[in-house]
Amino acid sequence: MHADVPLLEVQNLCISFRSHGRNVPIVENVSFSVNMQEILAIVGESGSGKSVTATAIMGLIDTRDVKITGSAKFRGQELIGLPQKAFRQLRGRHIAMVFQDPMTAFTPVYTIGWQIDEQIRAHERVSKSEARARTVQMLGNMGVPDPERTANRYPHQLSGGLRQRAMIAMALSCNPALLIADEPTTALDVTVQAQILDLIRNLRHDYGSSVLLITHDMGVVAETCDQVMVMYSGRVAEFGPGDAIFAQPAHPYTAALLDSIPPLTGPRPTRLPSIAGSPPSPSERPAGCAFAPRCNYSHKSCETVPPLVTYGQQSVACVLPVEGRALPSRAVTKDLA
Amino acid sequence: MISALLKRLGQTLFVLFGISVLVFLVFFATPGADPTSRIAGKNASPETMTRVRHEYGFDRPLPVQYATMMKKLFITRDLASYVDRGELVVPEIVRAAPVTLSLATGAAVIWVVASVAMGTVAAAFRHTWIDRSLMMLGLIGISIPVFWLGQVANLITQARYHDTWLFSWVPGLGYIPFLESPVGWFRALIIPWVVLAVLFIGIYGRVLRADLITVSGEDFMRTARAKGLSPTRVLLVHGLRTSMITFVSLFGLDFAQLIGGGALLTEVVFGLQGVGRLTYQALSNLDLPLIMASVMYSAVFVVMANAVVDVVYVLLDPRVRDAR
Repeated sequence: MHADVPLLEVQNLCISFRSHGRNVPIVENVSFSVNMQEILAIVGESGSGKSVTATAIMGLIDTRDVKITGSAKFRGQELIGLPQKAFRQLRGRHIAMVFQDPMTAFTPVYTIGWQIDEQIRAHERVSKSEARARTVQMLGNMGVPDPERTANRYPHQLSGGLRQRAMIAMALSCNPALLIADEPTTALDVTVQAQILDLIRNLRHDYGSSVLLITHDMGVVAETCDQVMVMYSGRVAEFGPGDAIFAQPAHPYTAALLDSIPPLTGPRPTRLPSIAGSPPSPSERPAGCAFAPRCNYSHKSCETVPPLVTYGQQSVACVLPVEGRALPSRAVTKDLA
Repeated sequence: MISALLKRLGQTLFVLFGISVLVFLVFFATPGADPTSRIAGKNASPETMTRVRHEYGFDRPLPVQYATMMKKLFITRDLASYVDRGELVVPEIVRAAPVTLSLATGAAVIWVVASVAMGTVAAAFRHTWIDRSLMMLGLIGISIPVFWLGQVANLITQARYHDTWLFSWVPGLGYIPFLESPVGWFRALIIPWVVLAVLFIGIYGRVLRADLITVSGEDFMRTARAKGLSPTRVLLVHGLRTSMITFVSLFGLDFAQLIGGGALLTEVVFGLQGVGRLTYQALSNLDLPLIMASVMYSAVFVVMANAVVDVVYVLLDPRVRDAR
């Protein structure tokens, strides 16, 4: 494996669902790559297509009304159109996924340990006791107290934080190269959130895994990620290194998202700024820039879809930098990143 | 554990007491349901009426009558029919119970196996022609009246094609005790079993399919697929196992109801002297002791079946285990 070849390379991924006889595009021309031991965050509001992107990479979209085009290469292997049988070898073994709600993501009628054993034994020829030993060790590594006993408990007997740790332990049980975490902290309270993020951040050192972190929370991104991809309404709004994006967002949407993080220093704002309006539904996307109706900088040239242009270290789908009216850099939030 | 069992037993006794009081009152305290005139016959003289009333104890207060009946039913077990004088009720139930038990149990085995297979296959191939035709078959099964199906089965196996190699093994209508001849028992019951099971196969198959499809949208099913498990394993080990919880509670109620005499029509069509038929006879000539006995019998089974369902529930669903 060459270090310079990206682990996951997604190019021009388009996903559309057929509904009432017409194709509704959910994700349009999304391209990004995840390098070895890198954490990439996909950020966006609900409905921006970030979860669908991840599910498509995992081959978990199972309706026949979906059309996926483009390319997603994992270690050079094309994932789009890969038969389910071949996908099964990858899923859980090389690419693993952690889901949003740990309350419902475990089968309620089996113990946590049984479910982790099941994943290990699905991919490796090991005995039950060997699998259990690994399970207990993984749970311990994830900071689960008394892992031997916890393994024998049912999902409903554990707290949300423990369950998410168990979920991550399960995802990592076969030492995957890529971990896709779909809003892993959304359902948890803030202190547990920080612990889980710590855990994810340390994965690359401890397990050498790359992480694709999907979130709507810029605060989470600031704490964990190397690369950031901001999605809006199924398209890439901005993509680049986290530091650069936090220091100088080039897309007004990114800037607005950053504004909505409460500052850690300085005077406490009475009200955090919010973005007026809501994202358009996939079937009613405007012809031009999808963010234009909610954008303070919207003007005539926003009526056509802006191409991704390179601006500094990032690429951005906005006309402002091209027109020489780039957004100001942000000094205040920099210490957050 | 023991205290839970005792609690359960106490509840059971309470339920049985309630049912017996209710049945007793319905038949003894309802105006116009005076058993005396039925026993004494039409146009009986007032003297005869008084004699009968005294002989059967109908002139005593209701609580005493109730207590006497319960004593005769449960303790001395010499409760006699009002219609066939001297015919003891308890042995009649004891004779009828194995017939109904055999009928319902055999049918239950068939319908559980068939409906699990049908529901699972339909869910696995959902929205394909396999699914649609299975569900259509299920709907047909639900819609066919059991007495009609039974008569048709009889017509085919007992009359029209009885002399061909296909159905020459079918014995005449009626029950053959298991201890007398296990093979005969099986031969005599296999057609009633299937006929009785058809309706339930339809219902359970459709319910299970719907459950499995609901479950397939759950997060844990997606997790199971994301783990790299095979579709069969995801469906059976994660989906079916979780869907069984609804299935079992439905099964408990239906099975108890059948044991308690709910298979009346099947019993009549196939000439099986079961509890359903006994209850029907008792009701049609208002034979109160027999009604009382058979209602108590079926109540015992319904309550027992519910207790069994609760136990199975605990085995199936760890969440229930902790809730108590």
